[in-house]
Amino acid sequence: MRGTRRKQEGRWAWRLTGFVTVCVYIFMFAPIVATVILSFNASMFGGFPMTGFSLQWYGKLMANEAVLAAFRTSLWIALVTAIVTTAIGVTTAFALVRFDFRGKQALSTLVILPALVPETILGVGLLVLIKAVDQPRTMLLLVLGHILLAVPYVVLIAQARMIGIRRVYEEAALSLGASRFSSFREITLPLLIPAVVGGALLAFTISFDNTSASLFWRPAGVETMPTQILSMLKISISPEINALGTVMILVTVGIPLIGGLILQSLTKLRRRGEPKEETQ
Amino acid sequence: MPESQGTKLHPRPVPAGAAGASAAAEANSPAVEFRDIDIAYGKFVAVRDFSLSIRKGSFVTLLGPSGCGKTTILRSIAGLVDISGGQIMIDGRRVDDVPIYKRNIGLVFQSYALFPHKNVFDNVAFGLKYRNVPKPEIARKVGKALEMVRLPGSEKKLPSQLSGGQQQRIALARAIVFEPQVLLLDEPLSALDANMREEMRVEIKKIQKETGITAIFVTHDQEEALSMSDRIVVMNAGAVEQIGTPEEVYETPATAFVADFLGKANMLAGTVSRSGQAVVLATGQTINVACPRPLGDGSKVTVVVRPQKFSVGAGTSVNRLTGRVVSASYLGGSAIYEIDIGGKTSLRANAPINGRVLREGETADLGFDPEGCVLLDEDGQRIS
Repeated sequence: MRGTRRKQEGRWAWRLTGFVTVCVYIFMFAPIVATVILSFNASMFGGFPMTGFSLQWYGKLMANEAVLAAFRTSLWIALVTAIVTTAIGVTTAFALVRFDFRGKQALSTLVILPALVPETILGVGLLVLIKAVDQPRTMLLLVLGHILLAVPYVVLIAQARMIGIRRVYEEAALSLGASRFSSFREITLPLLIPAVVGGALLAFTISFDNTSASLFWRPAGVETMPTQILSMLKISISPEINALGTVMILVTVGIPLIGGLILQSLTKLRRRGEPKEETQ
Repeated sequence: MPESQGTKLHPRPVPAGAAGASAAAEANSPAVEFRDIDIAYGKFVAVRDFSLSIRKGSFVTLLGPSGCGKTTILRSIAGLVDISGGQIMIDGRRVDDVPIYKRNIGLVFQSYALFPHKNVFDNVAFGLKYRNVPKPEIARKVGKALEMVRLPGSEKKLPSQLSGGQQQRIALARAIVFEPQVLLLDEPLSALDANMREEMRVEIKKIQKETGITAIFVTHDQEEALSMSDRIVVMNAGAVEQIGTPEEVYETPATAFVADFLGKANMLAGTVSRSGQAVVLATGQTINVACPRPLGDGSKVTVVVRPQKFSVGAGTSVNRLTGRVVSASYLGGSAIYEIDIGGKTSLRANAPINGRVLREGETADLGFDPEGCVLLDEDGQRIS
């Protein structure tokens, strides 16, 4: 008797857990789904019920020069941020894991700091600094700001991977005659590739997505995608914004997803390729 | 460092009238020479006053418990550890300031350390590539090295597709393919299972003989050391205890540490009588010993007897001890006994089976000859 009761209790606990989980997912994804669905709504007014299917808002978007300019700006900034951040992040992680030097603890804390400070405060802080040294807000400042925001995440990813790469690989390479640079290039870096790609994709999305700090840092007249959406929202909630939101979702979710898939298939191909070649 | 620069110009005192003798000196110089090496990590001294000269083509083993500094010394030859004092010479050339990638040494690690993202060919070819060997020559040499380690045709495989033993063979091929001046082996057999270990032992020794390469082998396993080495350096706590051939260190241990570490010898405390011809043991018995020099009566000594030096049962040996069997393990050809001879002392005897294996509690007759004993003085040093 007792056994079956316990079993029933267990079943109820599972059902409750499942219910709560589903609720959480609905809460998280419903707004996103609504945005995507409404972007295809024919009605002028962004809201349910839908009056018909239409791609007109995407058409409008493509014709909107301001939106296109903002998209291009964001894309460029995100690309540069991804490249520079990855280079900085990977070398910093390498140094932090492999070498002992004075101030190592301080450096590792400092590098992570931008991720801990609220973005708005960081945004204001950098702005105040720029004003203090009497410099104009330029694109360079905006890019530097984004790099600052993304570096901690890349360092953390690369560090985690770096710790997993045993030092003997580098020692073996050195003993075989490779210089320190060559052994990094030929041994350490290829083993770090998953972290390099992952870090770059994350840096890209962090930059592409960033709103609050960009609001402070962008030069006069320059809009990034998120700031463009914000300023459009000030005027009206048009279905065009839903379309724009859908594009944003596609880029920020799609790029890491595609990157991850490519990386996975690449490593799989290589692994599968080996025994095949042997039989030839 | 101007001082070291100065010594570099004149690496060693050149004999008078030996113009252009450097080539000849190189041919005669030891493959590796340590002169008063000290290695310290901060305040911790890992190795002190280590001196050793290793002849070309020989197989030398650094043997000792973990933490004795043997791996540190090996890594110092490779340049992976900086020495704090002394000199290291490879082929008569001082290498203290030479970075690791210019030292021309082959290194085999306990954990194989094959590059996981490169296939067998690229792993083995790695050292040749950095020596600017032309491609067809690389292919030929890699093929030859793989044949030598008995894994021909495995070029395209990835390390993850190989067993532990195979990986270590590839690592060995990688370390010898570019004909380094010295081959350093850092506990290369420890990660392998017991069967594979024995096979690799023979294989490594064979390859070393064939290539004539100078090999320095680090292990804590006395069996490996005894079976493979031309010479063994027994180390303890950062210092050398004894250097000698396997027979020398086993048969005539220089210190109490060596006697104990190699083969767990029996150590019997006693006092000298009859001018060093006999020893009265702490347990009361008197035994005859063969002392190389006269000793004062009453001085304290330790008698070292290997378990294999005992005969169990009736025999013709000069010294006879009687005791009770505490434990017996049958090994087929012989048996290992633990025998209590009184005075809280028990002896280990490894003796051929004479008739039948004695059981626990039975009385055993132990016999051994004076020639089978080594005498240590109060400081644990061999009396010679």
